[in-house]
Amino acid sequence: MEELIEILQELHSDVDFTTCETLIDDKILDSFDIVSIVAEVNDRFDVQIPAEELLPENFNSARALWALIERLGDE
Amino acid sequence: MKKGKKIILFAAAFIVTLILLWLLTLLFMPKYRRGIVEGAMIAEYYEDRKPHEVIFIGDCEVYENISTVELYREYGISSYIRGSAQQLIWQSYYLLEDTLRYETPKVVFFNVLSLKYNEPQNEAYNRMTLDGMRWSSSKWNAVQASMTPDEDMVDYLFPLLRYHSRWNELTSDDIRYMFGGGENVTIDGYYMRCDVKPQAGFPKAPVLADYRLGENAMNYLSMMADLCEEHGVTLILMKAPTEYPYWYDEWDRQVREFAQERGLEYFNYVDLRDEAGIDMSTDTYDSGLHLNVFGAEKLADYIGAYLSAGFDLTDYRNDPAVSSMWEEDCEAYDLLMQRQLSEIEEYGELVSFGANAI
Amino acid sequence: MLFTSYKFVLFTALVILAYYIVPKKLQWPVLLVSSLGFYWYADPEHLPRYLGFLLITAVSAWVCGLLIGRADDISKAYLLEHKESLSKDEKKAYKDRVKKKKVLIMVLCLLLNLGILSVTKYTSFVITNINSFLKASKAIRIPDLIIPMGISFYTFRTLGYIIDVKRGTCKPEKNLFKFILFVSFFPQIVQGPISRYNNVAPTLFENHSFDDKVFFSGILRILFGYFKKLVVAERLVIAVKALSEDTELYSGGFVFIAMIFYAAELYCDFTGGIDITIGIAEAMGIKLEENFNLPFFSKNIKEYWNRWHITMGSWFTDYIFYPLSVSPRMLKLSKVSREKLGKGIGKRVTVYISCFLVWLATGVWHGAAWNFIVWGLMNFVVIMASGELEPLYEKFHKKFGLKKKKGYAVFEIIRTFLLMSMIRMFDVYRDVPLTFCMIGSMFVHPGLGSNGREAFAALGLTAADYGVIGAAVALIFALSTYKAIKGEDIRGRILTKFPLTLAVTSVLIITVLVFGAYGVGYDANQFIYNQF
Repeated sequence: MEELIEILQELHSDVDFTTCETLIDDKILDSFDIVSIVAEVNDRFDVQIPAEELLPENFNSARALWALIERLGDE
Repeated sequence: MKKGKKIILFAAAFIVTLILLWLLTLLFMPKYRRGIVEGAMIAEYYEDRKPHEVIFIGDCEVYENISTVELYREYGISSYIRGSAQQLIWQSYYLLEDTLRYETPKVVFFNVLSLKYNEPQNEAYNRMTLDGMRWSSSKWNAVQASMTPDEDMVDYLFPLLRYHSRWNELTSDDIRYMFGGGENVTIDGYYMRCDVKPQAGFPKAPVLADYRLGENAMNYLSMMADLCEEHGVTLILMKAPTEYPYWYDEWDRQVREFAQERGLEYFNYVDLRDEAGIDMSTDTYDSGLHLNVFGAEKLADYIGAYLSAGFDLTDYRNDPAVSSMWEEDCEAYDLLMQRQLSEIEEYGELVSFGANAI
Repeated sequence: MLFTSYKFVLFTALVILAYYIVPKKLQWPVLLVSSLGFYWYADPEHLPRYLGFLLITAVSAWVCGLLIGRADDISKAYLLEHKESLSKDEKKAYKDRVKKKKVLIMVLCLLLNLGILSVTKYTSFVITNINSFLKASKAIRIPDLIIPMGISFYTFRTLGYIIDVKRGTCKPEKNLFKFILFVSFFPQIVQGPISRYNNVAPTLFENHSFDDKVFFSGILRILFGYFKKLVVAERLVIAVKALSEDTELYSGGFVFIAMIFYAAELYCDFTGGIDITIGIAEAMGIKLEENFNLPFFSKNIKEYWNRWHITMGSWFTDYIFYPLSVSPRMLKLSKVSREKLGKGIGKRVTVYISCFLVWLATGVWHGAAWNFIVWGLMNFVVIMASGELEPLYEKFHKKFGLKKKKGYAVFEIIRTFLLMSMIRMFDVYRDVPLTFCMIGSMFVHPGLGSNGREAFAALGLTAADYGVIGAAVALIFALSTYKAIKGEDIRGRILTKFPLTLAVTSVLIITVLVFGAYGVGYDANQFIYNQF
């Protein structure tokens, strides 16, 4: 989780990712950010996030994203 | 808010909107009171209360060339001209049909020049003829027959859709004549011009590829003959005594053949000009395209003599109810003539009539 | 059929009337019949061809959707039944097999429908370009293919559906007729929005009782759409046409005028059309996606594309940009580039590659012409440039601290507006080199020239017309500003009071009818009287 926050912080240093629940709804993350996150996650956690999982509910908060990574890692 | 109250409010808003749109339609419709007055002619017929035993239908070759007042004065004939600018034959046909809804004349004259047009021509002229017609199946059919490809029946049903673009060219006339009123532009369908501009020769008649009159046009002529037969009206075909626009001999022959076939009279007044005493150096106001009032009176005299000799027409001068109405028209006629003549004397030309009157 | 034709207005009025008159069970069937009838009403001559293509697309996607759904159901049942007996690897292998099958079905469906779209839309463009390399004698004949009405829009809606079904984010529709209605819903045929099945289906097939608030909300929106289209767009089109045709006279500063005029025309035409579409649906209680969100208030190009033609942008993002960017191959490439080029640019290379392809596709989708392709790529160039220049901006802002000032936001908005308006000029001029020339001339000779006054007068609009356009644009701007500040449309306020709703409706109807630039009076044919 901390590593994930780190990745996010690299993209937007001015956002508090531990509490923000509206990363997509408030357009804090754009499509370019999402693709970067997927690439980083792939690198660091060896988890591939497929296109069908690129949904607002999976990216609206760091917690949701972490849950997604854990779920995909299990499969 | 309660449902009932909403329905009432909605109905009220609906009616108010309709009334506003109706008022705007009246405001935006061209009034044709000055300059281009030809658009006002067709509607004036409906206001006339006199019975008519003779009706003329056709284009400018009827409404500028025959003095209806002269016909009454000299022969007691009560007539009306249902003419309009570039009236096409299907429009003439439906105007005749329309007229027959109101009265059945004894004689109908049709001027044959428009036989040269076989297809719809021009939106602006269509509107000037058709807008003035009262709604009936005749008008609907006339519109159907007249529309150019860009036109739509909806524009005739709701003229606001056609004329809304006039919002920035409205004048005081549009408000003054919103609900009608004002002087008529014709006297019993006759449009008077008192100025003189002698005939000066015309460009050479162009050679045509095909001299046959169009099938569509001839078909309407035949329908017109049928319609008159049905109503027991004598149809007389005429060609006005002016030479331009050209009326080719080939066309003349075809009309003559048609008249013979259907047992109709056909007069080409170009050939009868001398007999009628029309002199194109004094009796035209636009170098020979149309007659002025002096020519129109001569032609009326000529036609009147023919009619009173050949038909059993009422002498309305002896009918007090009708003659009183005619007397009013005679007065208006004389007054208008007086006004035009004094303008000509003062300025050398007409200033508040015709194209000059803006 | 154009939104602005009498035919369309009459058709729509009758459909809405029928929608509320029939028993509720028949509401969506009424829409289906009307939507298919719309094709007939719009162009009876080409009906078989139009309907044929539409039905092939709809039926193929419906069948494939069901097949994918069935594969899912079977696999779920199988896995449940053999929950204990299968090992983890066996389960995975089985799942992979099912997935492959689903992908195959989807790909077949995509190929078929993209095939129809490409053949009908791009054949003549491709052949024309091939012919330009061939001798005239060897030129290939261009077949007479009529582009079916709305094919780009309904094909994209259908493709989105089938991809969503495969992804499992959308349940396949079982009822073929409902699905055909989703594909063919008539207000959306002409220019979108490109709806997603999940967003539209609930209200499209639902029963709706008449509710005056809902109804008038739709009617007001329709009328405002006509206001934008008829009062502004159809008027400006006269001047834009002149500006784009006589490029010799209208160069230099006139290119700037053309830029502004076209921006206003396109905005009013497109958003007005979408207002009409969404309004018609809304009047029947159906909710379609918004396609615009105050695009001219965007501060940068990325934001602009989140606010302009939203459903198209999100379509390309969800179905092309994401799958491309997160495909294993791309991820591998991303890793390599980051190692070789470092964290900064290396990270962005793959994003730019996907972005490039997306904008190429977007350009091609807009139309079979080089103008559109170059237009798409220009968008890509600007997005890339602004991304790469970001660090520079940051430095600049740190030094001068302008970013915090209120006026700076206004500057950003104007900058984005002008930039996007300039790119849009590829849409205006005949071909690509000419567009570059004209934009160049704008910078070289920014004035209107010695006879600028006469040239301006010759654009075909009167002072009164400019007055109307000015007033209308000011009104639209004021309403947009209201929405930007309050976060909601002024319609919401109007609808709270029924008498006010009626009054506004009436005023809008009259305004559009009087000041709209439509009908014979706006043809070149004026009431000029000749000697007869």
